[in-house]
Amino acid sequence: MIKAEWFYWLVGLSFLVMASQMVTDRSNPKRYGTGAFWGLIGAGFIYSSWVVTKQAPAEPLGVAVLVMACLAGFGFTGRGTPRTTTPEQRTASAAKLGNKLFVPALTIPAVAMACAIGVKHLSIGGEPVLQEGSETILGLGIGAVVALVVGMIMLREKRISVPVQSGRSMLEAMGWAMLLPQMLATLGAIFQVSGVGDQVGKIATSVLPEGSLYIAVVVYCVGMFVFTMIMGNAFAAFPVMTAAVGWPVLIGHFDGNPAAVLAIGMLAGFCGTLVTPMAANFNIVPAALLELKDQYGPIKAQLPTAGVLLGCNILIMALFAF
Amino acid sequence: MIVLLGVLVVVIGFATKRNPLLVVGVAGIATGLLGGLSPGKVLAAFGDGFAGSRAVTIFAITLPVIGLLERYGLQEQARNLIARFATLTTGRFLALYLGLRQIGAAVGLTNVFGHAQTVRPLAVPMAEGAAERKYGELPDRTREKVRAFSASADNVGLFFGEDVFLAVGSILLITGFVNTTYGTHLEPLQLALWAIPTALCAFVVHGWRLLRLDRQLERELLTAHVHNTAAAEAAQ
Repeated sequence: MIKAEWFYWLVGLSFLVMASQMVTDRSNPKRYGTGAFWGLIGAGFIYSSWVVTKQAPAEPLGVAVLVMACLAGFGFTGRGTPRTTTPEQRTASAAKLGNKLFVPALTIPAVAMACAIGVKHLSIGGEPVLQEGSETILGLGIGAVVALVVGMIMLREKRISVPVQSGRSMLEAMGWAMLLPQMLATLGAIFQVSGVGDQVGKIATSVLPEGSLYIAVVVYCVGMFVFTMIMGNAFAAFPVMTAAVGWPVLIGHFDGNPAAVLAIGMLAGFCGTLVTPMAANFNIVPAALLELKDQYGPIKAQLPTAGVLLGCNILIMALFAF
Repeated sequence: MIVLLGVLVVVIGFATKRNPLLVVGVAGIATGLLGGLSPGKVLAAFGDGFAGSRAVTIFAITLPVIGLLERYGLQEQARNLIARFATLTTGRFLALYLGLRQIGAAVGLTNVFGHAQTVRPLAVPMAEGAAERKYGELPDRTREKVRAFSASADNVGLFFGEDVFLAVGSILLITGFVNTTYGTHLEPLQLALWAIPTALCAFVVHGWRLLRLDRQLERELLTAHVHNTAAAEAAQ
């Protein structure tokens, strides 16, 4: 059986290899800090395997995470000059290779799709080929490895160091943004155990006047929206707002259709995900990946859509759920 | 109420544009300690959080092959390809991408598209290429806008497509939570059906905004162009 952990090790290992390239890269004025940051992330990826199975203590990893945050947060990381081709070389190469270049790029989605649809149902000797519940992640991982092999054969590129160097340049360009989604996941967990959710739920209930269906719908949807912005994730907001308003008021008191109320409530939360830096993997990481100067660029592009869709959700719920 | 101070730290930190890693670190430590966790528990929470959320970083595995292909001119070729489809403007192309992303997510293919594997290497050069074909070299500000809208097409498509699929995390969270907490028997299918009206709204609203992007680009770039020619003539 192919396990998700193997791909975490592969990612960790490639971070470690890239970190060693970073340390020896003299074009980077902050090469030691950069190498330490990515080396720690890589080692953390591998060590984590034993943390999730409770075979190793989580505290040392926590210390390492805070050290990483300080390295990147206080400006000890930087980037070297990327070793790459000139725009002229690229244009010439594109003209020579033509649409063949798309083959490895499209291999990733094609393999991911095949894993999600086909391989998911395969099993050998009663054991599924892909670890259950991780099929889409494994599809992405396998797709990337297959695409790399296809790409290297097609381009007659024999040195594995070439793609690794290219990947490293992209990592350096993204910098701290790569760690942010995982830090935010931690913050969400801490918010949860510290009772932030209950407090927000109490506030939502206290602003709710009795007897008005439409105001209750607005409070539930806007509550999901705002709370999702705070937590960066509609999944954290959903149980809290549903226990505070959705279930007792909208479904219990006003006799709403549970499936409609809950499904649309969750989607109101998704509108919040579109406009919060806390959802870093959707909003901040792409800004870094696309080399935007304004890290809030995607959020600004999404803000009007999120506002209109929140209104749509409120209307759909008010009109059809009761 | 005092635990909400952590939320305040986050809001102020992001509003004043401090480094997000430091903001989140400080907010986490403050909230944990105010919420009654011991320092050791707070550290363990950071460790567990990192270990449990590695899936969001796994896209890094695609970077070497994407980087390799970009070295050999993948982005340039994506621009060349889009140049052959004269009717495909930036807005129309991104609306098409939005639709494909939404349909893909609705049938459960959430990882087939994404910022690392499709937006950066393919969608952005194509969206920019379509604008370049019409207006020539794009100013930085326009380039930023086209890229931000490309990222938004991916996000909106994913968020408002995936809930139509039965086995996606958020649908299972809803059924899991209410069926155990309130002893009901909600079926994933009922929830997925109720996600369809919002999915349609999302396509119409964001698709319309993407199409309008064409007119915005025209206004910005043609006036800039006229401006430049006028300046050039004045200089002569």
